[in-house]
Amino acid sequence: MNFLPPDFTPAYSEIFLLIMVCVIMLADLAAGEKRRYIIYLLAQAALIGCGLLTFVSFSAETTYTFSGMFVDDAMADILKIMVYVTVSAVLIYSYSYVSERGILTGEFFSLILFATLGMMVMISASHFLSLYIGLELLSLSLYALVALRRDSFAATEAAMKFFVLGALASGFLLYGMSMVYGATGSLHILNVSEAIQDGVGNHEVLVVGLVFIVAGISFKLSAAPFHMWAPDVYEGAPTAITLFIGSAPKFAAFAFVMRLLVEGMGEMAADWQGMLIILAVLSMAIGNIAAIAQNNIKRMLAYSTISHMGFLILGFISADWNGYSSSLFYVITYVLMTLGIFAMIMILSRSGFEAENISDFKGLNKRNAWYALMTLLLMFSLTGIPPMVGFYAKLAVLQAVVNAGFVWLAVAAVIFSLIGAFYYLRIVKFMYFDAPETDEPLTVKSDVKVLISANCLAVLALGIFPQSLMGLSLYAIQNSM
Amino acid sequence: MLFGFPLLSLIIWLPILAGIAVLATGSDRNAQLARWIALAGSILGFLVAIPLYTGFDPATSAMQFVENRSWFERFNVYYHIGVDGISMPLILLNCITTPLIVIAGWQVIQERVSQYMGTFLIMSGIINGVFASLDAMLFYVFWEASLIPMFLIIGIWGGPNRVYAAIKFFLYTLLGSLLMLVAFIYLYQLAGGSFSIEDYHQLPIPFNAQVLIFIAFLLAFAVKVPMWPVHTWLPDAHVEAPTGGSVVLAAILLKLGGYGFLRFSLPIVPDASHYLAEMMIVLSLIAVVYIYFVALMQPDMKKLVAYSSVTHMGFVTLGFFLFNAYGIEGAMVQMISHGFISGAMFLCIGVLYDRLHSRQIADYGGVVNKMPVFAAFFMLFAMANAGLPGTSGFVGEFLVIMGAVKVNFWYAFLAATTLIFGAAYTLWMYKRVIFGAVASPAVEGMQDISRREFIVLAILAAAVLWLGVYPFPLTDVMHVTVDNLLDHVGNSKL
Repeated sequence: MNFLPPDFTPAYSEIFLLIMVCVIMLADLAAGEKRRYIIYLLAQAALIGCGLLTFVSFSAETTYTFSGMFVDDAMADILKIMVYVTVSAVLIYSYSYVSERGILTGEFFSLILFATLGMMVMISASHFLSLYIGLELLSLSLYALVALRRDSFAATEAAMKFFVLGALASGFLLYGMSMVYGATGSLHILNVSEAIQDGVGNHEVLVVGLVFIVAGISFKLSAAPFHMWAPDVYEGAPTAITLFIGSAPKFAAFAFVMRLLVEGMGEMAADWQGMLIILAVLSMAIGNIAAIAQNNIKRMLAYSTISHMGFLILGFISADWNGYSSSLFYVITYVLMTLGIFAMIMILSRSGFEAENISDFKGLNKRNAWYALMTLLLMFSLTGIPPMVGFYAKLAVLQAVVNAGFVWLAVAAVIFSLIGAFYYLRIVKFMYFDAPETDEPLTVKSDVKVLISANCLAVLALGIFPQSLMGLSLYAIQNSM
Repeated sequence: MLFGFPLLSLIIWLPILAGIAVLATGSDRNAQLARWIALAGSILGFLVAIPLYTGFDPATSAMQFVENRSWFERFNVYYHIGVDGISMPLILLNCITTPLIVIAGWQVIQERVSQYMGTFLIMSGIINGVFASLDAMLFYVFWEASLIPMFLIIGIWGGPNRVYAAIKFFLYTLLGSLLMLVAFIYLYQLAGGSFSIEDYHQLPIPFNAQVLIFIAFLLAFAVKVPMWPVHTWLPDAHVEAPTGGSVVLAAILLKLGGYGFLRFSLPIVPDASHYLAEMMIVLSLIAVVYIYFVALMQPDMKKLVAYSSVTHMGFVTLGFFLFNAYGIEGAMVQMISHGFISGAMFLCIGVLYDRLHSRQIADYGGVVNKMPVFAAFFMLFAMANAGLPGTSGFVGEFLVIMGAVKVNFWYAFLAATTLIFGAAYTLWMYKRVIFGAVASPAVEGMQDISRREFIVLAILAAAVLWLGVYPFPLTDVMHVTVDNLLDHVGNSKL
């Protein structure tokens, strides 16, 4: 039997990133403490290189490789480019924060890039195993990142919680996958889908497997009732790491749901729709109501994430391209807003001072009117007030839900987002209506200044011209299904 | 479009751009520059709105000055704007009010001037957008966007309890709007993927759905109007808002609710409107009759005028649901005239507040001795507020009462009692504040109105008298549109 080498072309960007991470680890040994900015530049170069590779190989066609374990389709390419942009922004935002806190180590970069690689594998997985490998690569890197400040009690505790619960979720997921394997006889997502379509396999076994898979997914999405880890991890991790956890992995989680539920078990939509409705409503309820009581801004944002994940799940409920593209649009806008708000928290922090409480936003308008205006845009976008892009995300999802015939669900969703409006308004209130507690000027590096302004203005600009991003989401979904 | 020129877009975006320019002047070191740019921008905004009136063809009920281009295709949303006889007068009212607010805040606002002026200009443009939108999504975007500047105005420049008032205002109005959004999305599905308001006007809708849509719209618009029993945010917001904020609230923002009834509730769900008309009339009459007792007992002048706004807007909703031309035209005149009168009343109270820093009626007395010119103006506006013939306040109320007589005598009877009670609470307040002996050394030191204040009040006084004596320029432009609306509402859409 002749050995045929697999087609490597669809995975060029993953291979390139892997090589670059190894280079970075070696270079870090040589560079030492003083020249760590070289490592930073190398990491950025790696992301740019990946971006170019993905962009050049971009096509609307779907190709499989590695015996069908790896897929390259339009959705994968678009999500990966989003991931590169997000991770690159995370690095820019967090550079001075981490260097002031002494965690600007080689591990910081290599772990973030390994996590990125994990996300890319997840996004391109077309086999339960490759999906799982990607997920574990991402998760293990994240556990280590949370614990990066070894001397911090809160961070270590958060990392432990994250690890234990994450491992439990992975266990759930594996168990569910093995059930599906038992029923269908394959781990290939396409074969699973075909087998379900043909009615092969015991339906009960499949449904039990589905329940475990959905539970595993909701752990990773931090959807209620599997959300417990999120507030502790968000609060305990250094803000730069929280920024990372809260942003790019959401793309991977979206792909995760798409690959498992939609591509793999789309025929069982009637079974998972009901489960997702419960998850969505619970997430919106718990997230929005618990966020009101929070005084710690990172904890509040964790609960706000939970509620936004509820909205994201709503899009899947309609089980058609309309809903999926709405969810994709939602996740992109959500990550854009999350990047902005955590970056703003880091801007408010100084060396020796962590902006942790909502009251740290007090009087921001008097201290610096520009950043206050930028945060204002973010807050109203998170609330879902037009003309900010967050509104269109909600509109798209609600439209999909109403289209699927769940008007009551849309009404419930808007009532919960009304509750959510309160805690976002509280931040605006602190910024604009209260006097500052400190007059210390904000010192912001110019690259961060430009990026945060671009980030927040994009929230407004994409709201005034939402067609481009909506069209992109629609394109990604329609060419991958 | 006038000669192919996007006039309506200019009316919407010029104030917004001017507002951004004002914001860009930055800190209070450039306060004077900010004021002048704001004044120039608002006057320019008024001047470009004049061709809207002169070029308006009152013989047609079709939309005029229409602009229509695709905004985002994903949901078939169009940047579709135009005006008819209902929206055009409201846009003019808004464009007239904005310069007055800028002038009124000239001296009073000393802190964060550029933000104050800029916010008002941006809001003015957004509100023009609400009135001009012919696409439900565009309408919704402008409608919600108008919440942001008002929230900031109340919260930053308001009185001691401003945070509570600002958040209450925001959440209250957001509650209504969000359900309206769901209604729009439902209509979008029903219309086969269109957000065009004119499509919705033709769309057959089953009765149960009509009732639910009516209720969703009702929540959005009733909160804005505000109708009893969802009026409770208004006194709080008014009392805590700075003078300019109160003027915009009373003169413009409340009209958004009334406009919504005419543009959405009546023509889109006519059967539900007829079905629920009695409920609406009863709610309106409660607003008219009950709230003036509440107003009578207010010790705070601003609260008193805020409650009087509720009764006046009660006339507006009463007029809408009589389903005859007198009622609807009367309600429209009432909306415009209330814009001038309540705006003027709040400005008058602002004049007093700037001098004595109190809104309590009990702190005043004998002001006429010190401020005779002001007392004369205040007298005129108080009379207009009470609906004295010869002022614009009378025209609207009289037309609505005429319309009510045609439907049911007792509706008209109850509505007409306002002419007595309105006079009672307004004039009693006037008497306590203006007449009598000089109440305190603080009143003794009060200065009569400055030239700037005189200009603002004189413009409003002229408008109130002109509409009171000769309202035809206003009613003529809306005749055909209102008749067409009534025709439309008369036909079942089941």
